[in-house]
Amino acid sequence: MSNRTREALIDPLFNDNPIALQVLGICSALAVTTKMDTALVMSVAVICVLTLSNLFVSLLRNGIPTNIRIIVQLTIIASLVIVTDQILKAYVFDIWKQLSVFVGLIITNCIIMGRAEAYAMQNPPGMSVIDGIGNGLGYAVILMITAFLREFFGSGSVFGKQVMPLVTEGGWYNPNGLMVLSPSAFFIIGFLIWALRVWKTDQIEED
Amino acid sequence: MQRSPLYTILFATAVCVVCAVVVSSAAVSLKERQDINSALEKQRNVLIAAGLLGDEEKVSPEEIENRFATIRSVVVDLETGEEAPDIDPRTFDQKKESTDPATSRVAPTNPALVKRVPNHALVYLVQGEGGDIDMIILPVEGYGLWSTLYGFIALDADLDTVRGITFYDHKETPGLGGEVDNPGWKAKWDGRKVFGEDGSPEIEVIKGIAGPPAEDPYRVDGLSGATLTARGVTNLVHFWLGENGFGPLLEKLQSREERRAA
Repeated sequence: MSNRTREALIDPLFNDNPIALQVLGICSALAVTTKMDTALVMSVAVICVLTLSNLFVSLLRNGIPTNIRIIVQLTIIASLVIVTDQILKAYVFDIWKQLSVFVGLIITNCIIMGRAEAYAMQNPPGMSVIDGIGNGLGYAVILMITAFLREFFGSGSVFGKQVMPLVTEGGWYNPNGLMVLSPSAFFIIGFLIWALRVWKTDQIEED
Repeated sequence: MQRSPLYTILFATAVCVVCAVVVSSAAVSLKERQDINSALEKQRNVLIAAGLLGDEEKVSPEEIENRFATIRSVVVDLETGEEAPDIDPRTFDQKKESTDPATSRVAPTNPALVKRVPNHALVYLVQGEGGDIDMIILPVEGYGLWSTLYGFIALDADLDTVRGITFYDHKETPGLGGEVDNPGWKAKWDGRKVFGEDGSPEIEVIKGIAGPPAEDPYRVDGLSGATLTARGVTNLVHFWLGENGFGPLLEKLQSREERRAA
């Protein structure tokens, strides 16, 4: 793997994370992270849509007229999202019901438009696919960490398996109700950004 | 890259056509599976309302079919309360019938904001040994705060005691009105009475906490922070169990039971 490829794949995980550094895609990160399985399905959906949208935008990049490029990108992304939504509805109905509108809202996830415009429009298809996977994984990493913390402390479980028995069911753990509500995701993502910037000091912005 | 207007228009058209074909073929080819899923989801909720399936219980589609075997689906005429034997319950689509003016009537103004009542409805009978009705499960729907709630209510053989309630589709606020899905709250319905002395629905979701069913049969605990959704649930139960909903059917069944007892 060449250096450039590795950079495109690994960089978005921690060095240039779409959520933590670029602060994109926050909306869905708040909404679907109460449980790990919904977060996982959402992550997979975003990775697929992002990879494919980067691929198609990159393939068409030399033919897309500049004045309508945004709307063309949006058309491609929207189609991919609807197809994803239909597939989820057909194969993982339970989780599709829980994700409800948020799959549809992948269309407005800034990460996807952002990568199409900033990367796929200038780079060949192969690299664009790698970039899509990388950024999708970067999104997934933050989503899964947040979902783990919220589900673990909010419901005492991991992937729906009870690890800390709840007081209401005769156990000892008193669940933290705040974790189940959306604001907790704000706090957790805030702390993650803090931790990341303590580790990678070059991410700290100048005043 | 600047291109001629003609190129731009052709390019946009081509992108749209390709995307439209992809999207519609995905939708069409997956439709069958999705319909099976929705039908299963509905059956699952009938079972949950009847208490034949736990709320969080994960079971295979075969197991749902299996447990559903004791349940008879019946299409009834809402106005007369009679069974409609010429309509196949497997293909009957109540939502479609409610929207078609030929097969539905305008509902009188009601607080549940039900606009049209279908001529027929699909109900489910849980039959005990000897063919007696053990439980009847009725579809209900009505407006909450943001959305129409669709669900089922299960009544005991006495056609008065609630055995269970569940909603399979709604868009109420998660955590507030969305708590209508909370198994703990749904369990509070079990054993409550629907009909008051005068025979009209009296059960009500109140603000605060109701007593145990034996002492406080007509009231159900409220949902904190969801007064309007709770009111909506009261309204929709009143509408569907009242004279414009399943009233005639319940009356018919009641008199049949009485005749049998006599």
